[in-house]
Amino acid sequence: MTLSTPIVEHDAVAAAAWRPLCTRQDLVANSGVVALLDDAQVALFHLPQSCDGEQLFAIENRDPKSGANVIGRGIVGHLKGDLVIASPLYKQHFRLADGSCIEYPEQRLRVWPVRLNGDLVEVGMQAE
Amino acid sequence: MNSKVTPIKNETLVIIGNGMVGHHCVEQLTEQGALAQYQVHVFGEERQRAYDRVHLSEYFGGRDAESLAMCEADFYAQHGVHMHLGVAVLEIDRERKEVVTSEGRQPYDRLVLATGSYPFVPPIAGAEGNSKLVYRTLDDLDDIRAAANGGRRGVVVGGGLLGLEAANALKSLGLEAHVVEFAPRLMPVQLDPDGGAALKARIEELGVRVHLNRATSEIVAGEEYAYRMNFSDGESLETDLIVFSAGIRPQDALGRSAGLDIAERGGVVIDSDYRTNDPDIYAIGECASWNGSIFGLVAPGYTMARNLAALLVGKQHESFIGADMSTKLKLLGVDVGSIGDAHAATPGAKSYRFNDEVNSSYRRLVVSPDGSQVIGAVLVGDNSYYDTLLQYAQNGIKLPADPASLILPAGEGAPALGADALPDTATICSCHNVSKGAICCQVDTGCTDLGDLKLATKAGTGCGGCSALLKQVFEHELSARGVEVDKSLCEHFAHTRQELYGIVRVEGIISFEELLAKHGRGHTGCDICKPAVGSVLASCWNQPITDPSLVPLQDTNDTFMANMQNNGTYSVVPRIAGGEITPDKLIALGAVAKKYDLYTKITGGQRIDLFGAELHQLPDIWSELIEAGFETGHAYGKSLRTVKSCVGSTWCRYGVQDSVGMALVLENRYKGLRSPHKIKFGVSGCTRECAEAQSKDVGVIATENGWNLYVAGNGGMRPRHAELFATDLDDATLIRYIDRFLMFYVRTADRLQRTSVWRESLEGGLDYLKSVIIDDSLALGAELESQMQLVVDRYECEWANALKDPEKLKRFRTFVNDERGDPDIQFVKEREQRRPMQAHELNLIPVAEEVV
Ligand code: SRM
Ligand SMILES: Cc1cc2nc3c(=O)[nH]c(=O)nc-3n(C[C@H](O)[C@H](O)[C@H](O)COP(=O)(O)OP(=O)(O)OC[C@H]3O[C@@H](n4cnc5c(N)ncnc54)[C@H](O)[C@@H]3O)c2cc1C
Ligand code: SF4
Ligand code: FES
Repeated sequence: MTLSTPIVEHDAVAAAAWRPLCTRQDLVANSGVVALLDDAQVALFHLPQSCDGEQLFAIENRDPKSGANVIGRGIVGHLKGDLVIASPLYKQHFRLADGSCIEYPEQRLRVWPVRLNGDLVEVGMQAE
Repeated sequence: MNSKVTPIKNETLVIIGNGMVGHHCVEQLTEQGALAQYQVHVFGEERQRAYDRVHLSEYFGGRDAESLAMCEADFYAQHGVHMHLGVAVLEIDRERKEVVTSEGRQPYDRLVLATGSYPFVPPIAGAEGNSKLVYRTLDDLDDIRAAANGGRRGVVVGGGLLGLEAANALKSLGLEAHVVEFAPRLMPVQLDPDGGAALKARIEELGVRVHLNRATSEIVAGEEYAYRMNFSDGESLETDLIVFSAGIRPQDALGRSAGLDIAERGGVVIDSDYRTNDPDIYAIGECASWNGSIFGLVAPGYTMARNLAALLVGKQHESFIGADMSTKLKLLGVDVGSIGDAHAATPGAKSYRFNDEVNSSYRRLVVSPDGSQVIGAVLVGDNSYYDTLLQYAQNGIKLPADPASLILPAGEGAPALGADALPDTATICSCHNVSKGAICCQVDTGCTDLGDLKLATKAGTGCGGCSALLKQVFEHELSARGVEVDKSLCEHFAHTRQELYGIVRVEGIISFEELLAKHGRGHTGCDICKPAVGSVLASCWNQPITDPSLVPLQDTNDTFMANMQNNGTYSVVPRIAGGEITPDKLIALGAVAKKYDLYTKITGGQRIDLFGAELHQLPDIWSELIEAGFETGHAYGKSLRTVKSCVGSTWCRYGVQDSVGMALVLENRYKGLRSPHKIKFGVSGCTRECAEAQSKDVGVIATENGWNLYVAGNGGMRPRHAELFATDLDDATLIRYIDRFLMFYVRTADRLQRTSVWRESLEGGLDYLKSVIIDDSLALGAELESQMQLVVDRYECEWANALKDPEKLKRFRTFVNDERGDPDIQFVKEREQRRPMQAHELNLIPVAEEVV
């Protein structure tokens, strides 16, 4: 089952350029892995059969509360209609769609547009 | 306060005593708006602000003075009450209307005495210092603790309610506890002779020695212990300390010297409006005598405080009409209840009795001469009958056709009095005078949370005796209004963990998705239900937690089979069963730690923890450890942690059994068992208990004849001594009981509930647990054992399993597109080892750079 069309494309930000990060085989279903993107760490969550079909999210790996790079190792959940990731250290939840935090509005994680291009996982880079 | 009106305070109110009742009075005054009218001064002799004396004993169980306090530290200041702590009132000058203290004089317009009681110490020659301790205040408890230090035995004089509590305290301080009682039975005030005998049997079973009919004539220096008590019958007893609990006396000294009327048996005489014979002076709580009686419980004191406060602000109040002295207690873990006319003193009263000498359970029901109503009761051993009997007695509910059924063992069709049958006027909480009607009112205004109900009505926040009934009435009223009582795990499952366990087992469900589809709602699940279901699935089927379908369910620690630390690195804890390790293995462990530069520490669980491994290093570290013969220690799992052992008979001169051998058998049998929370064991080779087995979920202590089994102990946040469950077991029986105990826990406990909390919430308590495990009353024994055997048979080291499968190892990469580690993880050296660099140290040179 290889999809050639992008399955997720964040409409908020139009990507100026797509950068390949890893392959589909690197992903772990319903859970996260982490890739390096220049100086940033990107946590990738792959949900093959979410409520809206197959979905992929790219979100910042750094937990603002602890300062540790651990978001990619949290548990994916669905709370009050939003797909969320729970930080493994202090358990606060971030919405996968926009990186906003449910418990602490002042915490917000960066998110990237992301897509599967064939077997490649690509994130969108904004124009500088 | 949002309206800014400057109150005219034209009167001064002085309250002497900041105990439970004095404090409640202030609280009621603030609630009723009295602060607008009065300048309030409170004088308290004790250093601490009012605290919960009822739960004083918990001071030895880990609670500190602050957590026992009745209010926040700034409560008095916030309400503008002038508080004088540690200041005793020395005299009341009624002529000048002033109280005299060491600070000077304080005028009053009205005066409230709330000076409580003091412990009575009979005049016995030689009683002084550590042979004259009492049990009433926090300072008293500090004195007892200091006296117990280094001692071996403690005696309590007085076998009443407080005496038995004091004995329990001595026991919890590690002393051999004795109770010396003058009367021919324990708790002579509340219990009849048979009840006293049943209580004595139970208490002795717990290791407290009881001496009845003993009058102490003198205390002299001892030979083996610090003191010797000589009794009038020629017997004697040696001890390191003596606590007197021979009754309380109302603290009426101020009233006496000021010429107030004092009752024959002590106490400042008050009328039904709490007034003494001086119309400006009131008395409430234990220092007051009404109609010749004093009331040594909080509930009547609170009633007095509440009504006096209303009276002082000119609101409608109720006159005092006496109080119900019924009590429900747990003394040394033994249920004791006494209701109304327990001694059948009412002329013509008749009794029903149930006396089970085998299990030391006793119940007596006293009914009115015409046999229509309950007027009293005595319970020893099982208080589950108390609430119903009390409601019958207090509300004059007509007895059922067969009154004896009210005290016969359950299961005989006793008509349990449901919350339904109670009239609206029934008092549910006597401390705060909350009726069933008041609870219904709250439910009608939309209260659906027990915590909110307690906040709004205060019900259940006094002595706590009404908690069970309160919950029952509340939930009943909610259901009656069609509100579903919410016991949901989270938004995805309207079930408790126990219910999910049942469903998974009965329907043979093996995946989260299947459970969610069939019994849950919504999509995906969350970080509450996923690990809970993951644990249930593992308890039932014990499949490798590294299976792809199980991976997304686990907390990060379970997923990566290591414990995440504050900087995102992991700790590695191999199993060192029973704490036994060969020199070669010790060297291997050291070599791995050295190679990967891991911070190394001996844990509190007799094993070795290696800290600071990065995610991608875990597989390499583990393959070296497995090569050296180690397996995973499950330090990350809600599962068996360690079986702590002492060296036992193999080496120790006192050991009577091979405790290390048994620890190894147990650790190897139960390792890998997933459970609602972590489980810890201890095995000691003799009663000196060097393995601290009595603080573990499962404790095993060697005897001459086999093993004693203890269950449901806990260290940690709320320590609890394990309870003796069975004695002198052979190896096979010991393991059978533990199999059943653990599986029964796994089946019925709530999520993240240690065995201690689970055991405390078990209806029927230890007796029930014994009946299920030992007598197999539910006919579950064989099933529990075979379920355990399945888990045991399927055991496989999770790390060994993961290392065999490249697919599973894929996850152990810090970055999927880069070999390097996380550049943000930095260490500094301290005491010759690495530790995480802290934020404020970022300007230091990290160790890693030095090495490169
Ligand atoms: C490593 C160790 C401390 C040490 O350096 O000695 C430790 C470390 C942690 N303990 Fe502990 N406990 C350790 C022995 C204990 C003990 C002593 C014992 O087992 O004899 C206790 C008290 C005994 C008991 O549990 O009854 C103990 C009571 C707790 C508690 C409180 C549990 C309770 O019921 O009150 C927690 C919190 C919890 O589990 O919710 C806790 C939680 C933790 C956690 C998991 C906290 C966390 O979430 O990060 C720590 C992480 C361990 C790690 O990263 O490896 N730890 N902890 C000890 C590991 C023992 C082992 O070999 O497995
Ligand atoms: C260990 C223990 C367990 C108990 N268990 C229960 C129970 O389960 N259920 C129950 O209903 N009751 C129980 N009680 C009884 C309950 O604690 C008392 O009924 C309650 O505390 C009485 O409150 P009070 O304010 O009248 O007296 P206290 O709480 O004794 O307060 C009186 C205060 O006045 C102070 N004082 C005295 N003289 C002066 C002075 N001259 N100047 C200034 N201050 C002065 C004292 O230092 C003290 O702080 C228990 C008591 C103890 C000790
Ligand atoms: S518990 Fe007994 S056998 Fe074990 S080490 Fe201590 S004294 Fe020796
Ligand atoms: S009866 Fe004491 S708290 Fe309710």
